[in-house]
Amino acid sequence: MRILSVFILAMMVSACSEYPQTMGAGTDVPSYMGTKNGFVEKNWTPGDKVSWEAQLKSRSKGQDEYTR
Amino acid sequence: MARMKFICDAERCIECNGCVTACKNEHEVPWGVNRRRVVTVNDGEIGAEKSISVACMHCSDAPCMAVCPVDCFYKTTEGVVLHNKDTCIGCGYCSYACPFGAPQFPSQGTFGMRGKMDKCTFCAGGPEENGTQAEFEKYGRNRLAEGKLPACAEMCATKALLAGDGDVVSDIFRNRVTNRQNNGKAAGGDVFGWGTAYGMPKKGATPATSGAKS
Repeated sequence: MRILSVFILAMMVSACSEYPQTMGAGTDVPSYMGTKNGFVEKNWTPGDKVSWEAQLKSRSKGQDEYTR
Repeated sequence: MARMKFICDAERCIECNGCVTACKNEHEVPWGVNRRRVVTVNDGEIGAEKSISVACMHCSDAPCMAVCPVDCFYKTTEGVVLHNKDTCIGCGYCSYACPFGAPQFPSQGTFGMRGKMDKCTFCAGGPEENGTQAEFEKYGRNRLAEGKLPACAEMCATKALLAGDGDVVSDIFRNRVTNRQNNGKAAGGDVFGWGTAYGMPKKGATPATSGAKS
């Protein structure tokens, strides 16, 4: 009986937990570090700032129909 | 790299709202929150009606950052103004300070209470790890970390909305204006262009020539 009451008490107390509200990373990781989600463009190397800038620059130039 | 910037060419914007839809879809923005919207002036007046797509302009000296009492804003090295929703208290000061009405507040909480601020991120996510589910749920997709430009600009059918490296974007816009001037068309550089946003040209000043820097 005592074991059962302890078990029930433990189950009841466990319901008192909260939704995690821990602070986020705080400092953002630079975009040129890339991501691992499988949608990354192939024309640059994640982690290489120069190649990321070149990729975005060429993509920006792609908006100009006078030159593309 | 120069700063990341948006510019909307009012001579090209056809008010299709493709940018708004692209943004909504890309980030799964909730109902009632519009990170981007199309504003039309002189509605119905033939020849005078102009539309422009507006969102956070990622200001160089952002007033939202200046007034935030909990200092939740930060700026990336590319000049993108982002904020931390874990720090934001949803007070709305940024909304009053912003000249573009960019900060949005979801009202789906208890009793329709104002939630944490949401705004355009230039598709650069937030302080969570790049490309994670946690980042997506709070800030939307991180396209910059994927080597892409903001979805609104890439989706724009007429390429009225331009986004990217400020030098490249201004070169594209300047080239367009010059071409229109040369063809005797309305140049559009003085309507909603940077001339309007950052000061009108002085009377008697000569118009920008091809290749000249503003």
